[in-house]
Amino acid sequence: MKKIVYITGVGQSEVKRPSLKSGAELTIDACLEAVADAGLQLDDIDGVACWPGDNNNGAPFSPIGPVGLKTLLGLDVKWFGGGYEGPGPIAGIINGAMAIEAGLCRHVLVFRTITESSARLKDKTVSTLGKIGGKSGRDSNPLWMNYTPFNVHSATILIAMYAQKHFHDYGLTSEQLGQIAMTCRANAADNPKAIYKSPMSLDDYMSSRVIASPLRLFDCDVHCDASTAIILSRKDCAKDTRRDPVLIEAVGAGNSQPWSWDQISLTHMITRDVAKNMWSNTDLKPKDVDCAQLYDGFSILTLIWMEALGLCGIGEGGAFIEGGQRISRTGEMPINTNGGQLSGGRTHGLGYVHEACQQIWGRAGDRQLTKCDTAVVAAGGGPLGGSTLLRRADL
Amino acid sequence: MSQILPEITDENAAFWQGGEDGKLMITQCDDCAFYIHPPSGFCVKCRSKNVSPKPVSGKGKVASFTINHQQWLPDLKTPYTVAIVELVEQKGLRFVTNITGCDPETVHIDMPVEVNFQNHEDVWLPLFSPVTGRTAS
Ligand SMILES: [Zn+2]
Repeated sequence: MKKIVYITGVGQSEVKRPSLKSGAELTIDACLEAVADAGLQLDDIDGVACWPGDNNNGAPFSPIGPVGLKTLLGLDVKWFGGGYEGPGPIAGIINGAMAIEAGLCRHVLVFRTITESSARLKDKTVSTLGKIGGKSGRDSNPLWMNYTPFNVHSATILIAMYAQKHFHDYGLTSEQLGQIAMTCRANAADNPKAIYKSPMSLDDYMSSRVIASPLRLFDCDVHCDASTAIILSRKDCAKDTRRDPVLIEAVGAGNSQPWSWDQISLTHMITRDVAKNMWSNTDLKPKDVDCAQLYDGFSILTLIWMEALGLCGIGEGGAFIEGGQRISRTGEMPINTNGGQLSGGRTHGLGYVHEACQQIWGRAGDRQLTKCDTAVVAAGGGPLGGSTLLRRADL
Repeated sequence: MSQILPEITDENAAFWQGGEDGKLMITQCDDCAFYIHPPSGFCVKCRSKNVSPKPVSGKGKVASFTINHQQWLPDLKTPYTVAIVELVEQKGLRFVTNITGCDPETVHIDMPVEVNFQNHEDVWLPLFSPVTGRTAS
């Protein structure tokens, strides 16, 4: 990597459960805020990236993609792209950075919109896998067809099996795992946008119902309606924007394993491939990280990312998070300082980048860390995964 | 009904329909004997195109599992056990299935299991039960 891509602005719509705004309105709010935050005009934007994009179906998981956005905002772009088949929920950041490094763009608008909360008001099963449909009434998806005949109707079931394996191989306990949800809840109390802010005790966690053993309700993130936008700028063009942009020090997008949920490592999925790839792109080390914004679609995934990224030893995550102090905002490795997706809301990927930048820029309000120069962001579960290392850097 | 069935293709037919003859069929490389799953026409080990479905023992062990309690669809009966079973033939040769024929609370990682088949239309789902205390399919 040439290390010439900087984050120059971030924006986020309201985060609601549900929002009365449409996906398009939320997207416009986020994008305009991000462009203004960077000190740019819409006419400066010459690239658009998104994960996964609308996949030609406008589903609430991602109702608006790059083509929808460029049309919506009337942008004149030199490159745009999206698509599910990439390194997970922060693939837009990785792809956008590549477009800049390749010399195609100066300022790329990366965004992610999700409207699962309002969609679920109309149909509780809207995101259930394997709902019978289509001409044959059979599952023809080359990946999911291997799982849905066995009543795998949600990724929860697959991820519960990774959690079970962690419990078995490393002695992780429910009491330890509960610290992820409790830490996120405590952080959410200081995030005005967070969905759930009321305190959560270990008793609350342990008495929440089991969804798929060993995962409980409070191990699963909370649906919301929201849009998040991030502006990436080329180094020489970043000088025209704010004085203190955030350098994309490295990205991780490696994947040595099959695209599958049952053929990959059952303890660490592809996270170790991603982490190895990211650390090979930088001279920084895990000890240089001030905070970690790690995917918590399910609590166990945060723990797995912590181990894979070297923030604690492999198999040592349970002991590391025990009691919660080390991962709190005053601990050695604060995680998900805005409440993550478990309590903040399932913004799905870019919310972590947004929070990392707020912390580096000292704009995180009551949840501001005393020191945050370097942050790691990683997102995804199963075969999906990508990461980025962000740091304060003078131009 | 909430029973979902896979679309049968030329490549996957042996896997989903082998149970009609009581056989678990897994695609194997004719050149290097490596098993490839889900079935495809290419060996990722030696990069050969000479692959074909072969009957395997149907014996394996539970690599991981979960007892699902959530009612994802209106007529779904809970709880039920979803597992990833690794076959004895090859390390890492595994797939998602259900464990039946035992109390879900007795299922554990590394538990020896063997295949049985559950027929729906032209599909024979490969399910697994404990090797001891087995039940008829
Ligand atoms: Zn071969």
